[in-house]
Amino acid sequence: MPKDTGIGASSKRREDVRFLSGRGNYTDDLAMHGQTYAVFVRSNVAHGRIKSIDTSAASKMPGVLAIFTGEDFKDVGGNPAGWLINSRDGTPMREPKRPVLAHGKVRHVGDAYAAVVAETYNQAKDAAQQLADDSEIEELPAIVDMRKAVADPSNRVHDEIPDNLCFDWGWIEDNRAAVDAAFKSAPHITTLELVNNRLVPNAMEPRSSIGEYFPGTGDYKLTTTSQNPHLTRLLVSAFVLGIPENKLTVVAPDVGGGFGSKIYHYGEEALVLAASRKLGRPVRWTAERTESFLTDAHGRDHVTKIEMASTKDGEILAIRTETLANVGAYLSNFSTATPTFLHGTLMAGPYKVPHVYVNVKTVFTNTAPVDAYRGAGRPEATFSIERIVDKMCRELGLDPFEVRRKNLIQPDQFPYTTPVGLVYDTGNYQATLDKLIELADVAGFEGRAAASKAKGKLRGMGLSTWIEACGIAPSNLVGVLGSRVGLYDAATVRVNATGNISVMTGAHSHGQGHETVFAQIVAEKLGIAESSVEIVHGDTSKIPFGMGSYGSRSLAVCGAAMTKAVDKIIAKGKKIAAHMLEASENDIVFADGKFSVAGTDKAKSFGEIAFSAYVPHNYPLETLEPGLEETAFYDPANFTYPAGAYLCEVEVDPETGKVDIASFTCADDFGHVMNPMIVEGQVHGGVGQGIGQALLENTAYDENGQLLTASYMDYAMPRADDVPFYTVDHSCVTPCTHNPLGVKGCGEAGAIGSPPAVVNAVIDALHRGGHTHVKHIDMPVSPSRVWQAING
Amino acid sequence: MTKVTMTVNGKTVSGEVEGRTLLSSFLREGLGLTGTHVGCDTSQCGACVVHLDGKAVKSCTMFAADAAGASVKTIEGMNNPDGSLSVVQQAFQDHHGLQCGFCTPGMVMSSAALLAENPKPTEAEIRHYLEGNICRCTGYHNIVKAVLAASGQDAAAMAAE
Amino acid sequence: MHNFDFVKPSSIADAVKALSKEGAQALSGGQTLTPTMKQRLAAPTVLVSLTGIDEMKGVCLGEDGLSIGAATPHAVVAKEAAKHYPALAMLAGGIGDPAVRNRGTIGGSLANNDPAACYPAGVLGSGATVVTNRRKIAADDYFQGMFTTALEEGEIITGVTFPIPEKAAYVKFNQPASRFALTAVFVAKFKDGVRVAVTGASNDGVFRWSEAEKALSGHFAASAVEGLSVSSDGMIGDLHGTPAYRANLVKVLTKRAVAAAQ
Repeated sequence: MPKDTGIGASSKRREDVRFLSGRGNYTDDLAMHGQTYAVFVRSNVAHGRIKSIDTSAASKMPGVLAIFTGEDFKDVGGNPAGWLINSRDGTPMREPKRPVLAHGKVRHVGDAYAAVVAETYNQAKDAAQQLADDSEIEELPAIVDMRKAVADPSNRVHDEIPDNLCFDWGWIEDNRAAVDAAFKSAPHITTLELVNNRLVPNAMEPRSSIGEYFPGTGDYKLTTTSQNPHLTRLLVSAFVLGIPENKLTVVAPDVGGGFGSKIYHYGEEALVLAASRKLGRPVRWTAERTESFLTDAHGRDHVTKIEMASTKDGEILAIRTETLANVGAYLSNFSTATPTFLHGTLMAGPYKVPHVYVNVKTVFTNTAPVDAYRGAGRPEATFSIERIVDKMCRELGLDPFEVRRKNLIQPDQFPYTTPVGLVYDTGNYQATLDKLIELADVAGFEGRAAASKAKGKLRGMGLSTWIEACGIAPSNLVGVLGSRVGLYDAATVRVNATGNISVMTGAHSHGQGHETVFAQIVAEKLGIAESSVEIVHGDTSKIPFGMGSYGSRSLAVCGAAMTKAVDKIIAKGKKIAAHMLEASENDIVFADGKFSVAGTDKAKSFGEIAFSAYVPHNYPLETLEPGLEETAFYDPANFTYPAGAYLCEVEVDPETGKVDIASFTCADDFGHVMNPMIVEGQVHGGVGQGIGQALLENTAYDENGQLLTASYMDYAMPRADDVPFYTVDHSCVTPCTHNPLGVKGCGEAGAIGSPPAVVNAVIDALHRGGHTHVKHIDMPVSPSRVWQAING
Repeated sequence: MTKVTMTVNGKTVSGEVEGRTLLSSFLREGLGLTGTHVGCDTSQCGACVVHLDGKAVKSCTMFAADAAGASVKTIEGMNNPDGSLSVVQQAFQDHHGLQCGFCTPGMVMSSAALLAENPKPTEAEIRHYLEGNICRCTGYHNIVKAVLAASGQDAAAMAAE
Repeated sequence: MHNFDFVKPSSIADAVKALSKEGAQALSGGQTLTPTMKQRLAAPTVLVSLTGIDEMKGVCLGEDGLSIGAATPHAVVAKEAAKHYPALAMLAGGIGDPAVRNRGTIGGSLANNDPAACYPAGVLGSGATVVTNRRKIAADDYFQGMFTTALEEGEIITGVTFPIPEKAAYVKFNQPASRFALTAVFVAKFKDGVRVAVTGASNDGVFRWSEAEKALSGHFAASAVEGLSVSSDGMIGDLHGTPAYRANLVKVLTKRAVAAAQ
C-alpha cells in the first residue's frame, strides 16, 4: 500500500494552491511604495571600446532620476569566480574583473554599460534608447569561435590575457602516462569529435530584482530571482558593493524556475541596490526575454575529442578526452567548476575503466558567460562517454546492451574508486539496466520497427547508462579542488508553543516542492500532521546561512541538516519529558509523537512537551533551557551518486529528417524516495530538457558575435507536442550510505542521462535504414541536420 | 491617457491607460492582478493567456484599449465561488501539473479554453492545443495528464508513471 | 514601445479616414505588429484598430466562392470554412497557436506578407481575390516579394474571396521555434488546372511552383511530381535549414499535399 502521508507518500503540493489561484509572489509581482524603474543600456556589438557616453540629453528626459555608467562602479569590486582552478603547469587561472557595468570595453552583445532609472518603465526605456544613441562604441573584431580564439590569439577578449585561455587543466595529470600507454597497446581505438551545444536555460520567469535602501537604519534589501539568497548576499557584501552582511537582507520569494541560471549573482542586482541608495527609493528591474537570452548565464558549449581504447569484444581499457569549454566573456560564479570538477571527475561513467585522462582548456570569447545549467558538466561527460560507447559497439559489431553490462561496475565492487578522483559509495547498475529492458519492452522492438517501416519511417533505439555526482558537496573535498565557498547546508526547526513547527531552510525551492516534501519528512520524524509543519525559505533575515538549491542537493544536504535538527529537537524533548515525568532522560523513548518512560504507561504528547518548553514553570534552569528550537549544519562526507539507464525510441522521417520521440523510458536509482510524485515530475522535466538539447535547442552566434537565437522565434523550446508521455521508474534502490535519509538527488538526472539516448537512437534508426555512413550528428539533431547527414 | 472600462472576473473596472498599455500591464499594474505573467516579448510563451469574451488570448499581445467593453477572465477568476480550486485547477494539483508555477496561470487558462471547446480531448489534441504555452519544468507529462483528468478521462490508464 | 494614439473605428470609412493621418498604421489582430512595436521596429503615432468593424468580419459562401472578412480571426475561419473549404480551414487552424488564432486575422497576415506565413500560400494557391477599400486584386498580382504587396498607401484589405477547388490540401513543415512554416505547400485542383503555392522557402516570399502545376494538371498524383527537381537558387538559408533542404521540402511537401488533397 502506498503511504498517504509522511516519508514516501505522494503528498499533493501545498504550494500549488497559491500558484493555481494566481496568488504566487514572484519578484515582479511585488509592488513597492515609491518605486522607480531601471533599464539597462546594452552593447549591440560583441566587442568594442567605449569611446564616450554622453548622458546630457538622456538625463533631461521626462521622469529620469539617475544615470549610471561603468565609471560609477570602477572603484567597487567585481563579481568573482567561485572556484580557483590551476592549470596543468600549476599556474592559477586568469580572472578578469567582472564589473557591475562594463567599463572601457564591452565584451558581448548584451553587456550592460549604462543604466537609467526613471519614474516609469517607459520613461526609463525611452531614455535608455537615447543614451544608446549618444554612446560611441568603437567596434573591435569579435572572438566567437573557440577554436579560432585558441589558434589565433591576436584578438583578445581581455587585453591582459594573451592566449584567451582561462586555464589548461589536466585531470588527473599523474594518469596521463598510463593512459597513453594503454592506448599504445590497445586492440581497438574509437575516436569521436563532438559538440555539446550551448543552451539558454530559459527559466520561464525572467530575472528580476528590486533594490531598497532604508535611510533610517542604513539597511538594504534585495528582492531577487535567486536559487541561493545567502550566496548572493555574500557576494554583494564581501566582493562587489561592500555593504556589511548584517545590513543587507536578500529575499528570493517565489522563483519561477532556475535550472542553474539563478544561482549566480548578476550586475543588475548590484545596480538596483546602489541606485536605491542614491535615490532613497526602491529601484526595480525585470528582464525582457531577449535580455534573458543575451545575459543569463548559458550552459554547456563544449567541443570535445574523445578517444576510447578497448578490446575487440568491447572491454573498455582507457578513455582520453580533449575539450574546449567556453566560459564566454567573463567568469560567472561557478563557471570554472562546471567544465572541470563537475565534468572531468565523471569521465569514467558507471564503468570499470582503469585509465582515464581529461584535458580541458577553458576559453574566453565575446559571448554571454557560460555556467552551470541543469546537470552542469555531468551531461557533457555522459554525452561524450555514451556516444563513444555506442560508436565503439557499432565499429566492433557488438550489442550495446551487452557491452554496457560487461563494463558496468558490479554491485559487489562498492565503494568503488574511479581513476578520476571519486569514490562511488553504492549502486546497482545492472538492476536499473535490467529494469529498463523490461519496462521499455526491448524484446518487442523489432515489431515496432516493422510497423514504423510500413509508415515510411525509420525506427531506432538508443541506450544510455549514466551516473552523476551530486548532492553538492563535501566542503573538505571541494576546498581541496579550489572552491572558495563551503557547500554545507543548514536548517532551523522551531517548535512553537502550541506544538506546530516552523522550519527555516538554507535550501530554496523554485519548483522542487520543498514546502511539501520537507514538511513530510519533519512530520514523519516527529509523528505529527504534515499540516502542522511550515517550511520557510528564501529570506536571509529568517533562515540560517545555507547554500541554496542546485546540484541536486536540497534533500541530500539541506534535508540531512533538517533531519539532524529534528534529532536535536527529539533529544531536547527527551530532557523536557524526563523533567516532566520525573524520570531519567535515558529512560525516555520517543515514538508515534509521544515521549514516554520505557516500560510504563507514563507519557507526554509532543504538544505537551512543546507547551512546557515555552511555559517553563518549575524548570531546573541550570540543566534545562526553556524553548524548543534547534539548528543544524550538515556537511556531507561524499557526493551522492544517482545512476540509471535510459532508453529512447525514435521515428525518423527520411524524406524530411524530422525525428519524433516514439517513447522514452527511465529506470533510475535515487536511493530512498521521499515523495514519488515529485521525484517523477523532476525526471519528466529533466528528460524534457534533455530532449530539447538533443533535438531542438541551438544557441547560435554569428561570426560577429550577434546572437541569432535571441527569442522564442528562433530558439526552439520543447513544446507539449514535441514530447511523449515518459515511462519513469525509481524502484531500484541502493540507499546513499552517508546521509541520514539515504537519498541521492533526482533533479538533474533526466537532463544528464537523456541526450545521448536520443542521439544514439537517431544514429541507430539511420543505420537500420541503410544510412550506415552516418557516424555522428551534432546536437540539436534538427530535421535539416538529419536530412543533410542522410544525403551528405 | 484615455479611460478604458471592461469587465474583469465579473466586476466592472476602469482605468487610465496610454495607447501603448498592454492588456497584461493593465491587469498586473493597473488592477494588481499579478497572476497573469509575462514570460516573453514575442507572443509565444503563453504565460499571459487570459480569456477575452470567452476565448483564450495572449494579453501581452493586445492593447488594453482594444479590450474596452470586453469581458476578461484571469487566473484570479478561476477558483470556485467558495475559493476552492475549480476542476481544472484541482486536476493540476492532483497530477502535479506544475512545478515553479510561473507558466501555470497561462496553462490553466489555455486548458480551460480547450475543455470548453472540446470536452473530451485526446492526448494529441491536448498537446497540439497547448503548443502556445511553454513550460520549462514539467516536460509536459503531468500537464497533459491533468487536462485528461480534468476532462473526466482516466489519465492514469493513458499515461504510464 | 513608443506611445501612440489608439483609435478603434467601427466602419471601413472611418478607418480609412483615421489612416489618412500622418504616422497612422492599421492594427488588425496585432500578433505580429505588437511584438514588432515592442522591439521599437515600428513606431506608429496613431494605431487604427480594425477589430471593431463588423462589416470586415465573417465567413460567407457566395457565387464567387468563399468570402472571408479581413478582420476574421483564424480560429473563426478554421471553424466556419471547414465545411466549404476544408484545406483552407485546416491552414487557418494550424497558424500559430490557439490564442494567436483567436486574435490574428487573415487581413493582417496578408497585409504583412511574412515570407513564412501560411495564408499567402492559401490565397495564392487558391487564386483568390484580395478585396480592398479601393479595388479587387488577383492573388497573382498581390504578392510582390517578402513583406511587399500591391497595397498602396491608405489602402486596407477588407476581405478575400476564394474560389473553391475540387480538391486541395495544405501541408506545413514547422520551423521548430517560431512554428511558422519552414516550408509549406498549398495544392489546389480546379476544373481547369492545378495551382501549387509555396511559402517559407523563397527569399522572394510566397511563389507558385509552375512546373509542378503543369505536371499535376496533366496527372493529379504524387508520382507526377517525382521526376521534377527544385532549384535551391533563391531559397532561404538560415539556422533552421539550408536552401537545398528547403528545396527538398518543397518537393516532399508537394507530394504529400497531393496525396492528402480532398
